[in-house]
Amino acid sequence: MTRLNLLLVAVLTACALGLVTSQHQARKLFGELELEQERSRQLGVEYGQLQLEASTWAVHARVERIASRQLHMRVPDAKRLQIARPKEAAK
Amino acid sequence: MNFAASPVLALTLPTWRSRLLLYVFIACFAVLLGRAVYLQGMNNDFLQAKGESRYSRVIEIPADRGRILDRNGEALAISTPVKSIWAIPGEVHPSDRQLARLAALLEMPPREIEKRLADTGRDFVFLKRQIPPEVAERVAGLHVPGLFQNREYRRYYPNGEVTAHVLGFTGADDIGQEGVELALQDGLAGKPGSRRVIKDRLGQTVEDVESIKAAQDGHDLALALDTRIQNLAFSQLKAAVAQHRAKAGGVVVLDVDTGELLALANYPTYNPNNRSKLTGAQLRNRTLTDTFEPGSTLKPFTVALALEGGRVRADSVIQIAPGSLSIGAATIHDAHFERSLTVAQVIQKSSNVGAAKIALALSAESMWEMFRDVGFGAAPGLGFPGEAAGKVRPYRSWRPIEQATMSYGHGISVSLVQLARAYSVFARDGDLVPLSLLRVDIPPAGHRVITPRTAAAVRAMLEMAVNRSGTAPRAQIMGYRVAGKTGTAHKQENGAYAAEKYVSSFVGFAPASRPRLVIAVMIDEPSTGRYYGGTVAAPVFAQVMAGALRVLDVPLDGPMQPIELPPEGEEVKESV
Repeated sequence: MTRLNLLLVAVLTACALGLVTSQHQARKLFGELELEQERSRQLGVEYGQLQLEASTWAVHARVERIASRQLHMRVPDAKRLQIARPKEAAK
Repeated sequence: MNFAASPVLALTLPTWRSRLLLYVFIACFAVLLGRAVYLQGMNNDFLQAKGESRYSRVIEIPADRGRILDRNGEALAISTPVKSIWAIPGEVHPSDRQLARLAALLEMPPREIEKRLADTGRDFVFLKRQIPPEVAERVAGLHVPGLFQNREYRRYYPNGEVTAHVLGFTGADDIGQEGVELALQDGLAGKPGSRRVIKDRLGQTVEDVESIKAAQDGHDLALALDTRIQNLAFSQLKAAVAQHRAKAGGVVVLDVDTGELLALANYPTYNPNNRSKLTGAQLRNRTLTDTFEPGSTLKPFTVALALEGGRVRADSVIQIAPGSLSIGAATIHDAHFERSLTVAQVIQKSSNVGAAKIALALSAESMWEMFRDVGFGAAPGLGFPGEAAGKVRPYRSWRPIEQATMSYGHGISVSLVQLARAYSVFARDGDLVPLSLLRVDIPPAGHRVITPRTAAAVRAMLEMAVNRSGTAPRAQIMGYRVAGKTGTAHKQENGAYAAEKYVSSFVGFAPASRPRLVIAVMIDEPSTGRYYGGTVAAPVFAQVMAGALRVLDVPLDGPMQPIELPPEGEEVKESV
């Protein structure tokens, strides 16, 4: 009888310690999850900011300015324009 | 005397006394037990809440406002988180060094900060709102007690002044205040959620208990706008307003098949990213909220109605001589005149006398119905804040002279968007298209106004108006056939027509063989001496149309020959 009781006490202690450890593990993992979620939010914010930056660089007025001033591009005038039509359309 | 024989022991107390004491104790324990049962089992909410408040917290989950995109997915408006710095005035006592650093970081004079912190009667004061997160982090690095930060959103508009009138803007709390931001606030706004968590002694979250409300990010919104065309329309409009020293102007680009508004340009404009000095004149989306007397651009509707009733044909001859027409006390003039014009030439040369003569043969009621059918006098139903309905007076109150002037667009007012939409009737074989600010994937059904035959006949006349002997040779585009009509009208001021103030306009579509775009241009008060729609508005139309057709890869339908223009100053003058 005494031996059974001692065995049960041992089992109980082991279970209790197991519970404590797993609870601790769970909290640690949860903490990590929180950190990762925060990171994903941060990255989301950064994505938005980068999108904004991309749009700002790609503003048409700027593209046009660079094309005409730096690259000296311009729309060709009528005399230098030749329209190529696909064969079917030409028939 | 031994102890046992002590006389004190012989004393016997009455037994009820010890019983009483016993019962009193039992009663006390019963009360305690009862209270314990009551608190633990029956009325336990209060203590439960007290207990939970030690470890459980409700955290707000922020939700982002949706982005606004153009039809090709280019971002036009994006919210990004920023911080606001606030303080509890009584609790902030920064050292001089801290104050100086803080002032430098917030870009505020130190005295201004001190003034705000001196207001100890309040528990809450904003020091600065909407500062970049990096600056906020450095402010937090100062470790000033009593200074706190809040997460806020700020909305950025990469295209700035170009799209300002369409998009509108949001206030400091990221709530729409103007334009699309206001009109579609419900769809764009996110719904912040909340969740309950367990926090430990150090304030770290250790366990997620429950999600009370899931956060819902706002929906992204795809507008009908095409940034490339919008940009083109805006830059051409800006140049034209500057060139003609005009007060204002607007351009509307409409997709004929879907009714989508591909561009809505306005000038003067403002920068939505920096709204410190705003006036109402800059803020208004004139193409939607302002109405004007359109002038000759309404003639095609009168002619369409007459064709529809079979009263005239395109080649019916109308006598114009002597170049004026008296109705009652009033006289209608033509700027230049010929003895007689065909109905088609009335449109081509924009003859007021001709249009009035055609109109007088029509009933007032049928003209009124025509105007209503093409959308005048009723708001276009875009849901845009402040969109104008324009004015079409009930036909019962029309006098004959009014009916005559209405045939060429006086005594009636419309917005530029209404005018562009009305022309979709000619561009689309007789039906009126419903407008949309948002991208449309399935072309909507139109509403039939005139027969396809009449529409084709008017299209042919509008094409004549753009050729060398029409009023708008400058609306021609190389490689495409164009159709359109000029309008030049005196502005109304205090109920009378102002002699030297004009509104010049042009509405047209291309390619004429299978119209793809309707473009309407309006220039308000050009003041360099030129004011005809054909000189002021038509070139803007041509530039925007040519660029837009190229952007959309629309096949050519006209000859690739350089455009012939009549010599400067010898164009056909429009009657005003």
